[in-house]
Amino acid sequence: MAGFVTPVCGRIRIGGRDVTHLPPHRRGIGMVVQQYALFPHLRVEDNVAFGLRAQKAPRAEIPGRVAEALEMTGMGGYAKRYPRELSGGQQQRVAIARALAIRPGVLLLDEPLSALDAQLRSGMLAELARLHRELPDVSLLYVTHDQVEALTLADRIAVMDKARLQDCGTPQELYRTPRTAFTASFVGSANLLPVTVDGSGDAVFEGRALAVAPVPGRAVAAGAQATLCVRPHLLALGEGGPNTLRGRLTEVQWRGATHRLRVEVSGHLLTADLPELREPPALGEEIALHFAPGDAVLLAAGVAGTAGSGATSGSSGTAESSEPADPAALAGASEAAGVSRG
Amino acid sequence: MLVPSRAGRWVLWTVFALLFLPLFALPLLVVVAASFAGHWSGAFPSDPTTAHYAAAVHGESLQALVTSLVTAVVASLLALALGTWTAIAAAGLGKRAKRSLDALLMLPVAVPSVVVGLAVLVAFSRPPLLLNGTSSIVILAHTLLVTAFAHQSVAAALARLDPAYEQAAASLGARPSYVLWRVKLPLLLPSLTAAAGLCFALSMGELSATMMLYPPDWVPLPVRIFTATDRGSLFSGSALAVVLMAATLLVLLAVSRLRTRGSYR
Repeated sequence: MAGFVTPVCGRIRIGGRDVTHLPPHRRGIGMVVQQYALFPHLRVEDNVAFGLRAQKAPRAEIPGRVAEALEMTGMGGYAKRYPRELSGGQQQRVAIARALAIRPGVLLLDEPLSALDAQLRSGMLAELARLHRELPDVSLLYVTHDQVEALTLADRIAVMDKARLQDCGTPQELYRTPRTAFTASFVGSANLLPVTVDGSGDAVFEGRALAVAPVPGRAVAAGAQATLCVRPHLLALGEGGPNTLRGRLTEVQWRGATHRLRVEVSGHLLTADLPELREPPALGEEIALHFAPGDAVLLAAGVAGTAGSGATSGSSGTAESSEPADPAALAGASEAAGVSRG
Repeated sequence: MLVPSRAGRWVLWTVFALLFLPLFALPLLVVVAASFAGHWSGAFPSDPTTAHYAAAVHGESLQALVTSLVTAVVASLLALALGTWTAIAAAGLGKRAKRSLDALLMLPVAVPSVVVGLAVLVAFSRPPLLLNGTSSIVILAHTLLVTAFAHQSVAAALARLDPAYEQAAASLGARPSYVLWRVKLPLLLPSLTAAAGLCFALSMGELSATMMLYPPDWVPLPVRIFTATDRGSLFSGSALAVVLMAATLLVLLAVSRLRTRGSYR
């Protein structure tokens, strides 16, 4: 995307413009990388001004745009510092300000939060979500291994596994009705059960028919092998409805707000996340779990991917707007930032 | 740190002092002692005098010191420019081409410097490039001899430089030349000054190639030291050697101060 590697085949288009053979400095993208890469010999303000000076922006405009970009990321008070005098989170904000200052059409974020600790990360995540709202004309391409980041920020998510595109859709689509077992287990955890589809469209699991609400446009042929996907938090304790599974409780984890139960059902281990239980059942007890037909999805077999291959995968959240960036709109967005902070 | 017991550390320090002090420091101290000596017939020098120094910083000797400083400064700046250029060019080359370039630059170092001096003398003694008898031929030979060191140290620093800086700069719209001047070279500054210091020190001490080349009006200090001692004036030679040593160390000190001011991390 950024132009540091030439693709063997295919084209790269940004806002309809073919950039496949353009060098990085002519692509008009802002880039934020994992290790920030702030220039250590320049002050924060000169770091942010770097892109503007390199592109020969009118000299009189530079201070204003630098201040604007720093203000947008909440780093206005640090303009005179050197990068080494800032914390990791602050450096990341400066890196984002530096990329935004050139008003790119696309902002490329390559695992921007992975070098930060958990608390800073959630703070920066909220900050990025705010920037994304306030800059509707800048497309963000966000590469992450963290499904929470992807679900929080993205308008559209593309799931990659071993350099191959596995799935692409809105977060809701990918989470509620994943297309493959890989997507199901990577975007949120999932219970995956091997089933056979019978004539009435029910899924038969170890001799028990389970009702599953069909997804439009994704019918599975009768008699076919398929995978049933149910999210752990959609399983409920006790009997109820048409879909009840019985099994032996093998593990109980108390996680504060929830209890995580592991239940062995006919040789398959199911995970259930339940709202905190007053009296959790004892280990080894026979218990029943149920789920609503609308909460389960049938994944046709043979649509690639096994749940076990998640180690080398990444998911990229793509938040896109159809319009290319235009300076007036960006200025408007930054004014909005001022208003929302006031 | 590596030896846990106190006694063990003492023994090690003693061995270290016995082995290294006589090897590295004592000969230099002896030169300093000789430079103040009027006579030296017994175990220690006698008749302390500063007359050798008075001679060493006047007239032709002073001229030689200036000659040496000018030669070393010009040669090391040239070598730094060439070495940086070749190092940056080599970074974009394939493995084989890079190795050939390395070998080419190392050639003057690998070959005995007397041979380099003679080769330069023969090569530039007739038109179109008639440099024989000028100061340029000395500077040229020194540049040839030290460029390899500048190239090596800049290339090593360049290999260590995180490519993320270059990529970030390029993504911000900076052309390659802008990246070079505004990002790469400033980040390489500590290594550049180190390389310049090394080249300077090497050039200040260069004798064998210079002997083959120096014109009568461009006599560097090492040559003068050699001729003085060759004549038998051991003590005035020592004084000149101390002056050479002090001048070199002073410049290196100044360069290293520049370096600490220019380092960022």
